[in-house]
Amino acid sequence: MGDSGTFWLPEQASTIASQVDGLFYFVTWVSAILFVGVVAAMLYFAYRYRRTHPSERPTPVKESKLLEISWIVVPTILVLLVFNWGFKTFIEMNVAPPDAYEIRAEAKKWSWLFTYPNGTQSDTLYVPEGQPVKMTMSSQDVIHSFFIPAFRVKHDVLPNRYSSVWFEATKTGTFDLFCTEYCGTGHSDMITQTKVVSQSEFDEWVESGGGAKDLPLPELGKRLYSQQGCQACHSIDGSSMVGPTWQNLYGKTGHEMEDGATVTADENYLREAILEPGAQIVAGYQNVMPASYSNLSERQLTALIAYMKELSTNEAPSGD
Amino acid sequence: MSTDASAAAVHAPEEGAHGEDENYLNHETGLWSWLTTRDHKRIGIMYCLSLAVVFFAAGMLAMAIRAELIAPGQTVMDADTYNQVFTMHGIMMVFLFLVPSIPAILGNFVLPLQIGAKDVAFPRLNLASWYVYMAGAIMTIVALVTGGVDTGWTFYTPYSSSTGGGILWMTAAIFVAGFASIFTGINFIVTIHKMRAPGMTWNRLPLFIWGLYATSIVQVLATPVIGITMLLLILEQSLGIGIFDPALGGDPILFQHFFWFYSHPAVYIMILPAFGILSELIATFSRQRIFGYRAIALSSVAISLLGFMVWGHHMFVSGQSAVSSIIFSLITYLIGIPSGIKVFNWVATMYKGSIWLQTPMLYALSFLFLFTIGGFTGIMVGVLAVDVHLHDTYYVVAHFHYVMMGGSVMALLGGMHYWWPKMTGKMYNETLGKIAVALIFIGFNLTFFTQFILGAQGMPRRYYDYVEKYAPLHELSTYGSWVLGLGLFLVLGYAIHSLYWGKKAPANPWAAATLEWTNVAALPDPHNFLRTPLVTRGPYDFHLADEVFGGGDGVGDGRAATAGTLEAPKPAPSAPEPQESH
Amino acid sequence: MATDTATAPATTETDHDHPAHLEHHFVSTEQQFDSAKLGMWLFLITEILLFAGMFVAYAVYRQWHPEAFLEASVTLDQFLGTVNTIVLLTSSLTVALSIHYIQKDEQSKSFWSLIATLALAGVFLVIKYFEYTAKFEHGIYPGALFDPHGAKYEPLANIPYVAQFFSIYFVMTGIHGVHVVVGMGIIAWIASRVYRGHFGSDYFTHVELTGLYWHLVDIIWIFLYPMLYLV
Ligand code: HEA
Ligand code: HEA
Ligand code: HEC
Ligand code: CUA
Ligand SMILES: [Cu+2]
Repeated sequence: MGDSGTFWLPEQASTIASQVDGLFYFVTWVSAILFVGVVAAMLYFAYRYRRTHPSERPTPVKESKLLEISWIVVPTILVLLVFNWGFKTFIEMNVAPPDAYEIRAEAKKWSWLFTYPNGTQSDTLYVPEGQPVKMTMSSQDVIHSFFIPAFRVKHDVLPNRYSSVWFEATKTGTFDLFCTEYCGTGHSDMITQTKVVSQSEFDEWVESGGGAKDLPLPELGKRLYSQQGCQACHSIDGSSMVGPTWQNLYGKTGHEMEDGATVTADENYLREAILEPGAQIVAGYQNVMPASYSNLSERQLTALIAYMKELSTNEAPSGD
Repeated sequence: MSTDASAAAVHAPEEGAHGEDENYLNHETGLWSWLTTRDHKRIGIMYCLSLAVVFFAAGMLAMAIRAELIAPGQTVMDADTYNQVFTMHGIMMVFLFLVPSIPAILGNFVLPLQIGAKDVAFPRLNLASWYVYMAGAIMTIVALVTGGVDTGWTFYTPYSSSTGGGILWMTAAIFVAGFASIFTGINFIVTIHKMRAPGMTWNRLPLFIWGLYATSIVQVLATPVIGITMLLLILEQSLGIGIFDPALGGDPILFQHFFWFYSHPAVYIMILPAFGILSELIATFSRQRIFGYRAIALSSVAISLLGFMVWGHHMFVSGQSAVSSIIFSLITYLIGIPSGIKVFNWVATMYKGSIWLQTPMLYALSFLFLFTIGGFTGIMVGVLAVDVHLHDTYYVVAHFHYVMMGGSVMALLGGMHYWWPKMTGKMYNETLGKIAVALIFIGFNLTFFTQFILGAQGMPRRYYDYVEKYAPLHELSTYGSWVLGLGLFLVLGYAIHSLYWGKKAPANPWAAATLEWTNVAALPDPHNFLRTPLVTRGPYDFHLADEVFGGGDGVGDGRAATAGTLEAPKPAPSAPEPQESH
Repeated sequence: MATDTATAPATTETDHDHPAHLEHHFVSTEQQFDSAKLGMWLFLITEILLFAGMFVAYAVYRQWHPEAFLEASVTLDQFLGTVNTIVLLTSSLTVALSIHYIQKDEQSKSFWSLIATLALAGVFLVIKYFEYTAKFEHGIYPGALFDPHGAKYEPLANIPYVAQFFSIYFVMTGIHGVHVVVGMGIIAWIASRVYRGHFGSDYFTHVELTGLYWHLVDIIWIFLYPMLYLV
C-alpha cells in the first residue's frame, strides 16, 4: 500500500494518528482472539462430535450458569474498556487547541477551496508541520465530507453551518484528501492533496499569495480564474456573460468603453481593469465587478494576465 | 408418537400407488388460485419467487459495481450510471429484498406450522401484504424508467431533495413497501400470541418463532417512521416544505436522525430472523438441546429494544453533538453482549452433540464465522475515535456485507435448504449443495475481506474512480465476486433442477423435532395439520422425541426411510380435544 | 415438538356447527375476536408512531424558533379550531354509542349513531375546508409557495421560519384529514353492514374496531389542537 503504512493502516502523519491506530489494533487483536476462540471451538466440536450413525441420540447437556454469566461479564468489561478509551480520544479530536492556526475550507460540487488568514487561496491544502491547524468548513450546496486518511480525521461539511476539525501534522509530505460524503456525479473526483511543509516554507508560501512557486504563470492564472470566481462572470469561449469574455481580449485594439473612448487591451489596461474595475467601464456592461480584487498579489495579477494571453490569438500590442 | 408417520399413513397409504395425494400445492391449481390464495404457505412461495427475482437483479447490479471497480478510471460505465447502480443495488437489497426476505418467505411458510396453527391470524392481510409489496416493486421500476435514482440508499438531504429523476417514485415505493412489512409484523405478533397449539407454551416456542417475534416488534415500531420520513422527503421535493433542506431553512441532520431511527432498527429486522434460523439449524444438526434456550430467546427481544437507541452511531462525524455521539456509542456496544450470548450458546450447543454436516449446517457454520467478523467490525466502527477514520470507507461496506450477506443471506440460504423439502416435497442435490457453500464462502471472503483493508487504508465508499494505490485489492475483490456469483448461480441451478428431477422428500429428512417436521406430511396439507397437535415437550428435546427416530432406535435422519414406509406408530396417548389454544 | 396429536378429531373447517362468521383457521369466536382486537391495537400503535415522526419535527422546530411559532400560531382561527375539537369529541361519543347499542342488539340505534358520527366527521371536514381556503387566499401555502399577504398575515413575511410552522401545520392536519376521510369510508361501510343486520351482540368485532380507529383519529386531533392553535 505504498507509503510507509502498515498492512492495515496508511502512514501516520498526525499527532492523533498513533492513538487511533493503537485503539484500532487493540480492538482488532481482541476481536481476533475471541474470533479464533469461537471458530476453533466450532470446528473442534464439528469434528470431535461428528455424527457417525443416524441413530445417535446424545444425552442433553446441562446448562452451566457459570459459563453463561462469564460470557456476559467478560464482553461487558471489554466493551466498557474500549468505550472509555475511544471516548477520550474522541474528545481530544473534537477540542482544538486554542492556538490552532485557522484555515477556511469551502466545499462545493466538486472542488475544495482553502482560504488562509491573509486571504491567500488554494485548492490544494497547505499546512505547516508541527502546528495545530483548525479547519472551519462549510459547503455551498450539498453535504460533503473532509477526510485525510493519513491524519485519521474526518468531518462532514454542511451547507447551512460551519463545522470544524483540527489536526497537527507530524511529517512533511503529500497526502490524499478525499470527499467522503456522497455528493453526486463528481464525488470520486473531489479529491485533492494535503501538502505538509515546514513552518518557514509554509509562511513563505502564504506570504507569496499561495506562491505555487513551481507552477508556470499561465497555469496559476487558470487556477485563479476558477478559484477567485472570475469564471462566474467571464467566459473563456467567447460568449458574453455578466462581464466580457476573455477570449481574444488580450491585445485587442479599438476596445470600446462606455464613455466612448477606445483602448488597447494591453497589460497595463488589464491590470487596471482588475485592480480598479470602476475606472473604465467596457461598453455594454454594468459596473458590477467587485473592487475587492485589488488585494490580489503581484504574482497573481501577472499570472491572470499570462492566462489571458494564452486565451488570445491577438498579436502582442505594439510598444510592449 | 410418530405423527409424521401417521400423517403420511393417512395421506399416502401406498407409496406411489396412485399418484400424488392432496397437498397445499395441488389441491387447487391455476394462476388464479395462487393470486387469490390465503394460504400462508402459498403466500410464502409467492414471496419467495418475487424476492428471488429482486435478489437476482440486485446481485447483478453488484456484479456491475465490481466490474466497474476492477481498475481505476472508467471501465464499463460512466460516473452517473455507477451512482445509479450502487444506489439501486443498496435500495433493492435492503428495502425490497433483505427486510422482507426471511419473515415473508420462511416466516410465512413455517410460522403457523411450527406453532401448530392452521394459518396466520389474518390470512387476507397476509395476501394484501404481498400485493402491497408488488406495488412497491412496480413503483421501483417506474422510478427507474423515469430517470433513476442516484442518491445512495440513505437519501441524504439536501442532495436528495435537490436532484431530479425518479426519486419521488422511489421514495413513494419505499413508503408503500413499508406497509407490507407492517402487515407481516402485525400478523405475526397476533399469530404468536393467539394461535399457538395447546401445550405450546412460551418456553416451548421454537427459537425461530422467538426471532420472528422480536423482528415483528421492530417492524411494527420502526416502519411507520420510515413511512413518515419518506413522506416528508416527498413533500420536501415537491412542495419544498423546508423541513430538511437548508436552502429553505431546514435541517439536513434532522433528516439523518429520521432516516437512521428506522434504518438502524431495520438492520435488526434483517438479522433477528436469521438468528432464529440459526438456532433451528444448529440444534437440529447437532441433535442437541439448545444451550441457553431462554438466553437466546430473550436476547433477541433485548436486541430488538436496544436497537432503537443506537441510530446515532451512523452520524459520529455528521455534526451531531459530541454528547449524543458518546451515548450512542455506549449503547451500541451493549448490543454486542446479547449478540455474543447467542454466538457462544450456539457453539456450546454443538458440544457433545451428534453433528451432521449437511448443507444447511454448513451454512450455519459459515454464518457463525462470517457474522462474528461482521459483528466485531461493527464494534470497531462503534468506537468513536476509530469511526472518525473508518466512517464512509470500504471498512463500513465490508462490515455491513459481512452481517447482511455473510449473516442474514447465509442464514436465509441455510433456511431455504433446510425447509426446501417441506416447501417443494423434493430433495436438492447434497453434493452440489456442499460445493456451492464452499464457493460462496470462499468467494465472499475474497470479495469483502479485501474491503476491510481497503477501508482501513482510507478508500472512501461510493467512489466510481479511485487513486492508484487501491487498485490491487479492488481487483482481487472483483475476482472474489465472480467466485461468489458462481456459487449462487449453482444454487439457483440445482434448486430448479430439484423441482423437476429431485428425489421425493420424506416428511422429516433431517430428523428434526419441531412440529412442521413431526406432525405434517412431506408436502403439507392445505390446512397444515389433520389434527391440532398437542405439545408436550420442548422444541429441541431430541431425547424425548421418539417419533423422530421411528420408535426409539434405528432410522433417523430419514435417510433410509421415506414417509409412509415407517412403521406405524404406537397409538398415542389420547388427549382431550383442544378447544382453546392457550 | 409436539409429541402428541389429539386422537379425537380436532376442529377443522368441515366441523360441526360453527357460527357463520368464524373463519376456518380459528378455533373459537373468542380467539378470533381477541386476535382482531390485538391486531387493531398494533395497527393503532403504528399510526401513533407515524404521527410521532411529525410531532418530533414540530418539537424540534418549535424548540429552535419559538418566536416564529408563536407569531404564526396566533393567525390560526382559534374559534374554528375549538369548534372542530368539540365536533370530533362528540363524534367519538356517538361512535362509542354505536358499539354500546350493537352489544345490546339494538341495530337500528347503532346504525343511527354511526350515521351521526359520519355527519359530524363531515362537519369537521367542511370547517377544515374553510380554514384552509382562508389561508390559501392570503398566500399561506406549505413550503416554497409561502407568500403571505393581507393585513393579518403581512407581518409574517418578515419573520424567518414561520414557513416551517405552516408546513408542519399543513402536513399534520393534512395527514390527519386523510385519516378522517378514510375513517368516514370505513364507518359508511360498517353502517351499511349494521343496517343489513350483519352484526349483533354475539358478533360486533368490526364495529368495535372501527370505534377504536375513530377514537385514535380523535385523540390525535386532541394533541394537534393545543400544539397548533394554542401553542
Ligand atoms: C444485518 C445488518 C447489520 C447488523 C446485524 C449490524 C450489527 C452491528 N452494527 Fe452495523 N451496519 C449495517 C448493518 C448491520 N449492522 C449497515 C447496513 C451499515 C451501513 C449503513 C450505511 O451507511 O450505508 C452499518 C453501519 C454500522 C455503523 C456505522 C458506521 C459508519 O457509518 O461509520 C456502526 C457503528 O457503530 C455499526 C455498528 C454495529 C454493531 C455494534 C453491530 C452489532 O449488532 C454487532 C454485534 C455482534 C457481535 C459483537 C459479534 C458477536 C459477539 C461476540 C462473539 C461476543 C463478544 C463480543 C464483544 C466482546 C463485544 N454498524
Ligand atoms: C442485503 C444486502 C446486500 C447484499 C446481499 C449485497 C451483496 C453484494 N454487494 Fe452490496 N451493498 C448493500 C447491500 C447488499 N449488498 C448496500 C446497502 C450498499 C450501500 C449502497 C449505498 O452506498 O447506497 C451496498 C454497496 C455495495 C458496494 C459499495 C459500492 C460503493 O460504495 O461504491 C459494493 C462494492 O463492492 C457491493 C458489492 C456487493 C457484492 C459483490 C454482493 C454480492 O454478495 C452479490 C451476490 C449476488 C449475486 C451474484 C446474485 C446471484 C443471484 C442469483 C443467481 C439468484 C439466485 C437466487 C437464489 C439463490 C434463490 N455492494
Ligand atoms: C461579479 C462579476 C465579476 C467578477 C466576479 C469578475 N468580473 Fe471582471 N468584469 C465584470 C464586468 C461586469 C466587467 C465589465 C465592466 C468593467 O469593465 O468594469 C468586467 C471587466 C473585466 C476586465 C476588463 C475586460 C475588458 O473586456 O476590457 C478584466 C480584465 C476583468 N474583468 C478581470 C477579472 C478578473 C481577473 C476577475 C477575478 C479575479 C474578475 N474580473 C472577476 C464582472 C466581474
Ligand atoms: Cu463532495 Cu463527495
Ligand atoms: Cu446501525
